[in-house]
Amino acid sequence: MSYLAIHNLSLRVKGTPHRLLRAVSLDVAAGEVRGLVGESGAGKSMIGRAILGILPHAVEIIAGSITLGGTDLLALPPTRRRTLIGATCALIPQDPLTALNPSRRIGPQITDRLVDILHWSRTDADARARALLNEVQIDDAPRVLRAYPHELSGGMRQRILIASAFAAEPKLIVADEPTTALDVTVQKQILKLIATMQARHNTALLFVTHDLGVVSKVCQNLSVLYAGLIVENASTPDFFRAPAHPYSRALLAATPKYTDPLGALTPVPAAVLAGMTAEIAAADKAWSDA
Amino acid sequence: MLDARTLPQSRPTRRLVLAAGWLVLLGLAAMLAPWIAPKDPLAQDLFLGRLPPFWITGAEPGYYLGTDSLGRDVLSRILYGTRVALTVALIAGTLTCLIGATLGLLAGYLRGWADTLISRFIDIWMAFPPVLFSILLVAVLGPGLISIIIAIVVIDWTRFARVIRAEAMTQGAMDYVASAQVAGRGRFGIMLTEILPNVLPTILVLLTLEMGIAVIVEAILSFVNLSISTDDPTWGGMISEGRASVHQAWWVLVFPLITLFLTVLAFSQLGEGLKTRYDPVLR
Repeated sequence: MSYLAIHNLSLRVKGTPHRLLRAVSLDVAAGEVRGLVGESGAGKSMIGRAILGILPHAVEIIAGSITLGGTDLLALPPTRRRTLIGATCALIPQDPLTALNPSRRIGPQITDRLVDILHWSRTDADARARALLNEVQIDDAPRVLRAYPHELSGGMRQRILIASAFAAEPKLIVADEPTTALDVTVQKQILKLIATMQARHNTALLFVTHDLGVVSKVCQNLSVLYAGLIVENASTPDFFRAPAHPYSRALLAATPKYTDPLGALTPVPAAVLAGMTAEIAAADKAWSDA
Repeated sequence: MLDARTLPQSRPTRRLVLAAGWLVLLGLAAMLAPWIAPKDPLAQDLFLGRLPPFWITGAEPGYYLGTDSLGRDVLSRILYGTRVALTVALIAGTLTCLIGATLGLLAGYLRGWADTLISRFIDIWMAFPPVLFSILLVAVLGPGLISIIIAIVVIDWTRFARVIRAEAMTQGAMDYVASAQVAGRGRFGIMLTEILPNVLPTILVLLTLEMGIAVIVEAILSFVNLSISTDDPTWGGMISEGRASVHQAWWVLVFPLITLFLTVLAFSQLGEGLKTRYDPVLR
């Protein structure tokens, strides 16, 4: 039984016919780690944002349903939806430099939802925050909790964001390119940390990334997205052994190789792109006919 | 963790000290005017008309900055004029700030219809020529301190609304706001605890600028004789009177002008100084 079930979700830019997601269906089981890969602009982040209710102002949901633990999110009144998401979901954002409020101390930014949504006492919430920081290998927790974000390094801030995401023992975490803004050396540590935390807390994780290398290390299953269309759902080993869809094969072939770092880049072949254009046109025709 | 990022702030900059010093001095002058003014600012003595300041021959003792054509003491009138200028600066500045910043914050963070409504309203409002608009307002409301304050607030709230709206939009697009939304916090909670503290440095700078502008607007209205009753000394009124006799008695024009200039400069520099000192990002 999947914990998150997205069914035929379509988004568009408000006031235009332009669809950003084209009838996307996606399931994430409890405790599953699913990668969501695709090019820039394919709509990876939009899926995560739609689930969490933080779509940009100019984007609206025009069709479909998002079910979280059996509850249809889009049918809920805004306040109930917000508290349900606050209690069961969390976000690990991309850029640790803008993801913490620069004028608030770290402590309350971690414990906000414990106090506001789950009505914990301040003392309990503070104890929890200290425990979480220890879990993400930050020593000197009392001092870090009193610090402002600008006093900490990028890697440290990303650890704090991870700690904060796990604070309320969420059932689902959306990680939106959590390592993209970090140094390569820090990336590996953060990735390992997310994987460890996920396993320990048995949280479902939707891992949005354009990096197939990262997916192969972290995810059990993955979905490939192109222009708002799910191209392929597969288990990670199957995908890397034999991608089913021509676009998936092209995407995998386009990944630079460690063995030949100076070799020519492999673009996605024109025939594959033409095929995708046809698929998109077919999807849009089916949509406009319905 | 004790490194450049956590180093304690060094001493206040000279800019901040000078600006704040001048404003404190003005504040004292306004409060203590009846005790420190050497003469009665309204007392006329036609035998003592157009006395030059003390370092020029022909000056009378006690009239340090000279007298105007009616024999009124320039220094005393500047000191009393400070009261009007500072009252207008503080009250009009604060009210403008409160109204403009609130509307700007609502428009910039809530977006949607609130933004459309407020932004269109600002556009229409800004199409009125400000000086003429204020003169018209005071003419309709009748001269007086309260009319001036109302005129300044009515004209200048758009300045705050515009800037704060843009700032709130920038902050609203940051990931920390998205995180707060995911954490289930309400819209107004986010606006007050997440957005507002980050917009506050900008608001502070605008507020001090606005105080300087309020001083200028009050002087302009006094200059065209639409400020408070013509008997009470104001800087603008003095400049207006001094203009008439600038060839015979330049000091009547120049000293209030210098005071006005320094005050407006001090307000704007105070804003800049406070921003660099207290902005969490610049710090």
